[in-house]
Amino acid sequence: MIVADRKPLDEILNSIKDYKKIMLMGCGGCVTICFSGGAKAVELLASQIKMARKKEGKEIEIIECTPERQCEYEFIDELKNELETVEAVLSIACGVGVQAMTERHPESITIPGLNTKFMGYPVEHALWDERCAGCGDCVLEWTGGICPIARCAKKLLNGPCGGSADGKCEVDKDTECAWQLIYDRLKKLGKLDNLAVVREPKDWRTSTNAGQRKTKFEEAML
Amino acid sequence: MKSDSRLEKVLTAGKFAVTAELGPPQNANPEAIKKKAQHCLGNVEGANITDNQTAIVRMSSIAAAAIAISCGVEPVVQMVCRDRNRIAMQSDILGAAALGVKNLLCLSGDHQKFGNHPQAANVFDIDSVQLIAMVKRMRDDKQFISGDPIKEHEPRLFIGAVENPFADPFEFRVARLAKKIDAGADFIQTQCVFDLDKFSRWMELVVKEGLHKKVYILAGLTPVRSHRALKYMKNEVAGMSIPDELITRMESAEDAKEEGIKICLEMIEKIKDIEGVSGIHLMPIGWESITPVILERAGLLPRPQV
Repeated sequence: MIVADRKPLDEILNSIKDYKKIMLMGCGGCVTICFSGGAKAVELLASQIKMARKKEGKEIEIIECTPERQCEYEFIDELKNELETVEAVLSIACGVGVQAMTERHPESITIPGLNTKFMGYPVEHALWDERCAGCGDCVLEWTGGICPIARCAKKLLNGPCGGSADGKCEVDKDTECAWQLIYDRLKKLGKLDNLAVVREPKDWRTSTNAGQRKTKFEEAML
Repeated sequence: MKSDSRLEKVLTAGKFAVTAELGPPQNANPEAIKKKAQHCLGNVEGANITDNQTAIVRMSSIAAAAIAISCGVEPVVQMVCRDRNRIAMQSDILGAAALGVKNLLCLSGDHQKFGNHPQAANVFDIDSVQLIAMVKRMRDDKQFISGDPIKEHEPRLFIGAVENPFADPFEFRVARLAKKIDAGADFIQTQCVFDLDKFSRWMELVVKEGLHKKVYILAGLTPVRSHRALKYMKNEVAGMSIPDELITRMESAEDAKEEGIKICLEMIEKIKDIEGVSGIHLMPIGWESITPVILERAGLLPRPQV
């Protein structure tokens, strides 16, 4: 799922300093699961903003709302009338949500309240690690299900580099070396031969290097 | 001959080869290179010109190599995958060859986190193994990595790679060396050897696989001036193996510099006897002036005529 962190409160306050009435909008999808943008996060942030503004003597009115998903038009189009009553929208959805709002409601200003980070997996309660970089050409088949693009600091396809020590990455001692994990996994599977092959340079056109990417599902097209 | 490199000639003649590191300055002063080149002139087969090592901005390795050539020193240009994509790398390979560079060492490169621009985006379009294959393809197949032909004047480079016998997973380090040989490495320079036992064990595996017959291996050596340098490397540099007794020996030495030289000389003696080792690569970090002293005292001067 998409993992995001809330922006620092001061940055959020600064971005809405000119407004007296806003809509604070969460999302019922990924960011609800990672606690940064669900209905509860909306409630908490709304009270923090109100308190801060009250202290400054510049009170603010906030309409709270958390659609099922902010990234899809069927859940946000219905907000049109309510949006006309506010000066801006503070969105605590991922960057897709913010842009969906901008696209469907161009007459409104939507400001991000989150920093969208990665596609991740909860390694323990309330702790997420990146797992997929969305490179568009999955290599997990031969790496034993561990991604070197998302999890190796050098995106090596013929790793590990010389900085792998005691199973950890030299860049961050709290991060496991993806290539140690790949090696251990393939050894267990009896597939170390997968690592004997010199892997060809990656074709990055499927990644973010060819401009905005698109995808379509032919069978479902109208 | 794959190139016209002196390093290649010495190695193919079966002589014990010597290379040494020459770090470019953090400024635009050519005199810094010329001064350091004097320590290498006539004393080594090749001077490794580092490529923004530890991700600290320095004079371009190719520009510094051109200056070294003008001083009569044969450079081994280091090229890392961190800062350039395949387009820039191939362009620089052509440029380096045009300037008279004959040796290229392919590395992935220290992560930018360790340098003075940790905010920088890294590239890693290709990795070090793919870089080796790319240089070989340019040289032997006269093709760019895209498959487009190099119609004339292909870059004739002696291709180097690195390996760290002390990083993990230990048992995979030999397999990875084999991979670099498959990709096209002609010679290998290793991470600095302080832990001779571990290095010997690694070399045994290398010899067992017959890899020493497919590639020339130069053992990396770093003379140190103080026990603090050893401690720093032990604690701060991932993938280094430094025995405690070496630190104690340096710490209790009356003349630490002399002790550092002695340790290096002892290492050279022992390494010469390890089967499969074809030479040494000196990396006297910030102490380049010691290169000729060590080589003289190790009986490695004068260098052989080839």
